[in-house]
Amino acid sequence: MGLPAWVFVPAAVGAVFVVLPLLAMLTRVEWAQFPDLVTSESSRAALLLSLRTSAASTVLCVVFGVPMAVVLARTEFRGQSVLRSLVLLPLVLPPVVGGIALLYTFGRRGLLGETIEVLGLQIAFSTTAVVLAQTFVALPFLVVSLEGALRTGGQRYEEVAATLGARPTTVFLRVTLPLVLPGLASGAVLAFARALGEFGATITFAGSLQGVTRTLPLEIYLQRESDPQAAVALSLVLVVVATLVITVTRRSRTAL
Amino acid sequence: MIRRLRPTRLALAVTALTLGTVACGSGAGDSAGGSASSSASQASGGASGSGNGLSGEITVFAAASLKKTFTQIGADLEKANPGTSVKFSFAGSSDLVAQIQQGAPADVFASADTKNMDKVTAESLTSADPVVFASNTLEIAVPPGNPAKITSFADLTKSGTKVVLCAPAVPCGSAAAKVEAAAGVDIKPVSEEQSVTDVLGKVTAGEADAGLVYVTDVLGAGDTVQGIAFPESSAAVNSYPIAALKASKNAALAEAFVEAVTGEGGQQVLADAGFAKAP
Repeated sequence: MGLPAWVFVPAAVGAVFVVLPLLAMLTRVEWAQFPDLVTSESSRAALLLSLRTSAASTVLCVVFGVPMAVVLARTEFRGQSVLRSLVLLPLVLPPVVGGIALLYTFGRRGLLGETIEVLGLQIAFSTTAVVLAQTFVALPFLVVSLEGALRTGGQRYEEVAATLGARPTTVFLRVTLPLVLPGLASGAVLAFARALGEFGATITFAGSLQGVTRTLPLEIYLQRESDPQAAVALSLVLVVVATLVITVTRRSRTAL
Repeated sequence: MIRRLRPTRLALAVTALTLGTVACGSGAGDSAGGSASSSASQASGGASGSGNGLSGEITVFAAASLKKTFTQIGADLEKANPGTSVKFSFAGSSDLVAQIQQGAPADVFASADTKNMDKVTAESLTSADPVVFASNTLEIAVPPGNPAKITSFADLTKSGTKVVLCAPAVPCGSAAAKVEAAAGVDIKPVSEEQSVTDVLGKVTAGEADAGLVYVTDVLGAGDTVQGIAFPESSAAVNSYPIAALKASKNAALAEAFVEAVTGEGGQQVLADAGFAKAP
C-alpha cells in the first residue's frame, strides 16, 4: 500500500518532538554518579513503594474495571452514555482535582471519613491512600481498553455458548474473558503504567513520607529542589520502567 | 546605570539604596535590608506623581508566598505610573531559579530564601546586589477548634498527633529542621510535603492535627486555620531577598519595582500580610 510521501515529514517532526526531550534528559545524566544516585536509600524506598502500590492498584483496577467494562459494553440502559463519561472523567481531570475529590471522600472529614474511622481504618497519610489515588486515575485506562475489546469482539460466541446451555457465569468466565484476554492484559499494563506515573492526586491526597507515601514521582519532584542530578537520574529510571511496560504490552498484543 | 529621566528625589533614594547594599558587601545582604528600606522609604510615595518617564512592561518572578502582597504592590505601581504594566510569575523559588538560569524573560526576582537568590547571584544574573525586604517565621497551624489541643512546640511530639511538615529539601522544611534542632525536639511527621501550601492544605482539610507553616500563611488562610506562635521559631528566620536582573529590557521599571517593594508603601503591604521587617 502506498502512503503519500509527505506524511513522513510531519510524522518525523512529531516523533522528534516526543523523543528529543528524553534524549535531552539523557545528556544531563551524570553517569559516573548514576549508580549511587539511583540506589540511595530514599530512591530505593521510592521505587519499591511505587512498584508495590502500582501493582496493588492494578489488581483493584482489574477487580472493579472488568465488571464495569462488561456492563458498559454488553448492556443498554438509560443514562449509560452519561455513566460512561463519568467513569472516564479521571482521564481528562487534572490529577490534583482527583486528589481533592478523594480527600473529601475518604479524608478524616470526608464523606466516608467517619464510617472509615469507625471501622478502625486509617487512610490519611497511609500507603492505602496512595493506592486509592493511583486506582482513581488508572481505572479508566483499563475500562476503556477492555470495553473496546469487548465491543470489537462481538457476542456471537457468547450467544452460541448460551444456546448450548451454559449459565451466564460460565459464559463470562469460559468464553467472554478468554476472548478479550489480550485487551485485558494491555489495559492492565496501561493502568499499571499510569499508576506508576501518578503524581498530582497522590501529593494532594496521600502526602509524602519516605517508604509510606513518597512514590517515585514524588521523590523526583522533591529531589529536584535540592539535588537536580538525583532527580534526573530517577527520572531516567521512571522512563525506562515505563518504556519496558509499554513495550511488553505492544508485544503481547501483536503476538495474539 | 541610566536614570537621568527620574525626578531627583527618586534618584537619591535609589542611590542611597544601592550604596546601602554595596556598603554591606556581597551575598544576600542579611543586614542590608533595614537601612535600605528606610533610605528608600520615599520611593513609592515619590513615584505617585507623573512624568518620571516610566513606561513599558516587566515580568516579576516571585516566590509563591508573595502572591498577594506583590500583586498589590504591582497594582499600586501601575496606578502611580500610567503606561506601565507589571506581570508576575509566582512559583516555588527553586523552580523560578531554574527558569531564570534557562533564560526565562524575567526582569526582577524575589526569592523566599537567600539560598535560591545565591544561585542567581553566583551566575552574575542580577544587575545589583539583592536586598532583603522582608522576613517570615514559622507558626504552628491547627484546624479550627484545635482538636489535638496543641499549645506548645513540644506538643507536636505527642503520640497520636498527626503533624505535617515540609520536607527538609524545601525552604520551609529546612527552617522546621533548624527549629527542631534548636529546641531539642524530634517531631515524627506523618508527611513531609513539597511546599508550605501543601502543608496548609492538609491542615485546613482537617487531615492533619497540626502543621508548621509561616505566620503569613496562617494570616492568609483566614478562619480555616488557627495559628499558634511559639518562641522556638526565632531559631529560623526566613529572609526574602529581591533583585533586578541583568537580562531585563526595562531596567528602569525593574528597579522601580524593587524600590516599590523596599519603599514605604510596599513595606506597609507586606507588614499587613504578616511579614516581619527585614532582619
